[in-house]
Amino acid sequence: MGLRIVKLPDVGEGVAEAELVEWHVAVGQSVLEDQILAAVMTDKATVEIPSPVAGTVVALGAEVGGVLAVGAELVRLEVAGESSGEVAATPREAAAPAPKAEKPAAPAVPATPAATTRLPSTALPTTGAPIGPPRPAGEKPIASPAVRRRARDAGVDLRQVRGTGPAGRIGHDDLDAFLRGASAAVSSRARVANTAVETVKIVGLRRRIARKMAESKRRVAHFSYVEEVDVTALEELRARLNAANRPDRARLTLIPFLMQALVRAVADFPEMNALYDDEAETLERHAGVHIGIATQTPAGLMVPVVRHCEARGLWDCAAEVLRLAEAAREGKASRDELTGSTITITSLGPLGGIVTTPVVNRPEVAIIGVNRHAVRPVWQEGRFVPRTMMNLSSSFDHRVIDGYVAARFVQRLKALLESPATIFIEEA
Amino acid sequence: MAEIAARVLVLGGGPGGYVTAIRAAQLGLDVVLVERGGRDGGLGGTCLNVGCIPSKAIIHAADAYARALEHAGDAPFGLRVGAPTMEFARTVEWKDGIVGRLTGGVGALLKRHKVKIVQGNGEMLDGKTCRVETDTGPQTVRAGHVVLATGSMPASLPALPFGGRVMSSTEALSLQEVPGRLVVIGAGYIGLELGTAFAKLGSKVTVIEAEERILPAYDAELSRPVLRRLQALGVEVLTQARASGLSDAGDAVLVAREGAATRSVPADRVLVATGRRARTAGFGLERLDLTMNGGFVAIDERCATSMLDVWAVGDLTGEPMLAHRAMAQGVAVAEQIAGHRRVFDAATIPAVCFTDPEIVTVGQSPDEARATGREIRTAQFPFQANGRALTLGAEEGFVRVTARSDNHLILGIAAVGAGVSELAAAFGLALEMGARLEDIAGTIHAHPTLGEAFHEASLRTLGEALHI
Ligand SMILES: Cc1cc2nc3c(=O)[nH]c(=O)nc-3n(C[C@H](O)[C@H](O)[C@H](O)COP(=O)(O)OP(=O)(O)OC[C@H]3O[C@@H](n4cnc5c(N)ncnc54)[C@H](O)[C@@H]3O)c2cc1C
Repeated sequence: MGLRIVKLPDVGEGVAEAELVEWHVAVGQSVLEDQILAAVMTDKATVEIPSPVAGTVVALGAEVGGVLAVGAELVRLEVAGESSGEVAATPREAAAPAPKAEKPAAPAVPATPAATTRLPSTALPTTGAPIGPPRPAGEKPIASPAVRRRARDAGVDLRQVRGTGPAGRIGHDDLDAFLRGASAAVSSRARVANTAVETVKIVGLRRRIARKMAESKRRVAHFSYVEEVDVTALEELRARLNAANRPDRARLTLIPFLMQALVRAVADFPEMNALYDDEAETLERHAGVHIGIATQTPAGLMVPVVRHCEARGLWDCAAEVLRLAEAAREGKASRDELTGSTITITSLGPLGGIVTTPVVNRPEVAIIGVNRHAVRPVWQEGRFVPRTMMNLSSSFDHRVIDGYVAARFVQRLKALLESPATIFIEEA
Repeated sequence: MAEIAARVLVLGGGPGGYVTAIRAAQLGLDVVLVERGGRDGGLGGTCLNVGCIPSKAIIHAADAYARALEHAGDAPFGLRVGAPTMEFARTVEWKDGIVGRLTGGVGALLKRHKVKIVQGNGEMLDGKTCRVETDTGPQTVRAGHVVLATGSMPASLPALPFGGRVMSSTEALSLQEVPGRLVVIGAGYIGLELGTAFAKLGSKVTVIEAEERILPAYDAELSRPVLRRLQALGVEVLTQARASGLSDAGDAVLVAREGAATRSVPADRVLVATGRRARTAGFGLERLDLTMNGGFVAIDERCATSMLDVWAVGDLTGEPMLAHRAMAQGVAVAEQIAGHRRVFDAATIPAVCFTDPEIVTVGQSPDEARATGREIRTAQFPFQANGRALTLGAEEGFVRVTARSDNHLILGIAAVGAGVSELAAAFGLALEMGARLEDIAGTIHAHPTLGEAFHEASLRTLGEALHI
C-alpha cells in the first residue's frame, strides 16, 4: 500500500486560496478515480475537486470552513501499489455558483458571469500561439518581491500576468495593466470576455450596487423575520388562472399576488410603506404603494418600480412587472422606472432557498423576500398532509420598525396569502 | 491558575518566534511570547545564544589571532608583530558580552512592541491553549492563533552520546580553554566553522566525515578551497570515515574507514556536529496531532500546519535550518494572521558558510540548473584577477554565475573567498529581482571591491569579461 497526497489544485481565477465548503468523503471511505472529494469556494465560484486516483481516504486536510492554500494538502489517500507521492487534482466548476454576498436578488438569472470556466494554466496553449499564456506551463513567473506582494494583495496569480521586462520579468506596470484588464488578452479567452465587460460596462453599476448595499447594511439597523406560509390555495388559484391561457394576459407568478397582498397589508401598517430620512429623522409615509421588484439583469441587480399598485389589478401588476423586468434587462428602463419605490419585493425564483436575509433598499424600511415553495408534509388534525409551503424572509429597519410590528405585519401578509380570496374581497 | 488571553501565542523566542511576535505586534495584534530560556535557548534562541552569533564571534577572534601569528612569522607587507598570545577565557567573555547585548536588545524590542513575554517551558494542551511552567507557578495562555517556533537542537550519535569529552556545538562555544586535541565529527558548516576556529586557536584538529568530501551540501568546486585551507592549517581531514565510538580509556575516537583498519584518533574533546533535529518533544506536539514531514512539522507555503490557525516557522519545519529563513517565515505568518494574503515565496534563501575561506550560495548550482533540463551557461571569475582581493592578501576563490542560455536570467550565484559572506546581499537581491546577466553587467560596481568579481563573472558568462 502506498500513500498519495492530493493537493488543492490551482482553481483558477488567480486565487491563492479557497475555502473548503463541503467534504464529499470521509476518513475511511474508499473513493474511485474522478469521484468528487470536496467542494471549495473561491471568491467567485464553487469548485469541485475530483480524486485523481482511486484509494482510501486516510486523512482530510482541513475542516469545513477552513481556508486552504493552493498546493496545500487536501486529502491523503492510501492507494494500491507501493509508491507514495503527490498527485494533482484537476478542479471542476460546480454546477451552480454559490452566491456569497447577501443581496436581494430577483427572478433567478444565474449569478455573475465570472463563474464561467477558467482553465487552469496547464491547460492553456503554449507560447507561439497568437493568444497564449504569458509563459510556458510550469515556469515560474519572475517578479520582484514588491510586485509579488502587490499581486498577492490583489489576489492576482502572477502566472496569468505577462511580463514585459527583460527575460519576461513582471514589473509594476505589467501588474497595473493586468489589474486594469488590459492584459486580459494574454490570459485566457474566458478572462477576456469577463474583464472587458467588467471594465467597460459593469463596474459602474456594480459599484453602485456595492455602495448601496454597503450603505444600507452600514446605516440601517437590519433585522430579519422569517415566517412560513401555506400557499397551497394560492398555488391552486394561480394554476387555475394561468390555465385560462389568454394570450392578452401575462402568465401569473406569485409576485403579483404578493403585490396585491402588500397593498392590503400596508393599508393597516402605513409605517411599512415609508421612507426614512435619517438625516432629518423623519419618516415619510406614502399613500401610494410603489413596489420595487429586485431584478437580476446581465449588468447586475436593478430594482424597477411598479408605481401605484394600490390602483392596479392583479393582471395589471403582472404585466407591469414583466414589462419593467424586460426593460431593465435590456438596459432600456428609464430613470423614473428605476426610482421611487416605497417598499421592495425580492425573489430568487426557483433558486429561492429556504431563508434569505434581504438587504433593506434604503431609504425604505421594509423588504419582503420570497423563498422557494415546495410540497412538504404538514401536521394537520392528527395526520400529515401534503401542503405547498413557502417562507417569506423579510428585513426591516429596526430604527423605526419594532420587531413586534414587523411580526404582525408579516402575519397579516401570511393570512392574506393563505386565504387568497381575502386579498380580493373588498372588506377583508 | 492564572490565565491570559491573546490573539497570538508564539511558542519559542528564537529568530522565528521573536520576529513573528514583533511583526504581529506591529500590525496591532496582541501577542504573548513563551520562551523557556535555559542552556541552549533564551530570547534570540539558538541563533543568538549558541549559534550564529557566538560562533561568528569565536571565528573572528580566532582569525585575528591566526593573522597576528602569521604576521609574527613572515610579514608579507612588512608588518612585524611580537609573539601574540591568546587569553581564551577573555575571548569567551567578550563573546558572552556580545550575546548579552543582543539578547537584551531582543527583549527591549519585544517590550517596546508590547509583546507579553511569559518565561517558562510551554506545553500545548490543545490547538489554542498553552500551559507554561513559570517560576511563579503554572500559567495558561489561550490564543486565537498559535505559532510554533521551538527550533532545533543538536543531534547526537548513538555511539557517542553527549557528556564527558563528547560535546555539541553548544558546549564547544562555551569552552573555557582551547582543547589540545579536538576531533570534529561531521564536516558540515557547523563542524568546519568551529573546527577551523579551534585549529587557528591552536588545537590539533581532526575532522571525520562519512561522505566522500567535506561540505557535502556544497559542490566540490566551492568546497575545494576550504579543504586546501584546512590542510594548510594542519587539520587532518578523514572522509568516508565513521566514528564508531570512544576508545576504552575514553581519550580517543575510534574511526572506521572503508578498506582500512579502524584507527583511534586521540582527543581531549570531541565535537559531534552531524546535524540538528527539530525540537518536536516536550511541548505537547503529540496532542496537536499535526501532519509531519519526517522529523519536522509539515507546513504549506503559508507556513500553516494541518491544523487551522496553528502555524509553524523556523527549524521546526525543516531545511534549510537558517535564521533568516525562520525570520522571513515569521513575518509571513504574522501578516497572514493580521489578515493579509501572504505566502513564504522567496525566490531564494541565501546560505553562507563561515569557513575559511567563506562560501556563499544563492539559487541553483550549475548541476542543479542542468538537472531541470534547461540549457545554461556558467562562468567563474577568480579573485586572483581582482585588485581588491590582492590588496587583502586573499586571492583564493572566485565568484560563479549561472544563467539560462535563452534569456540570460540568472539562476544561481555562488562565491568562495575571504569576506564573501557580505556579497550575499548583492547576490540575493539579483536573484530576487529576477536579474539577467545584462543587468549585472550594466551595473557599475565600485572599484576596487570584491563585488567587481560578480560583475566580471556576469560579463564572462556573456563572453565579455574585461579583466581576464
Ligand atoms: C553553531 C551554530 C551556528 C549557526 N550559524 C548560523 C548562521 O551562521 N546563519 C544562520 O542563518 N543560521 C545559523 N545557525 C542556525 C540558526 O541558529 C537556526 O536556524 C535558528 O536559530 C532557528 O531559529 P528558530 O526560531 O527556528 O529556533 P531556535 O533559534 O532554535 O529557537 C527556539 C527557541 O524556542 C525555545 N523553546 C523551545 N521549546 C520551548 C518550550 N516548550 N517552551 C518555551 N520555549 C521553548 C528555545 O528555548 C529556543 O530559544 C546556526 C546554528 C548553530 C547551532
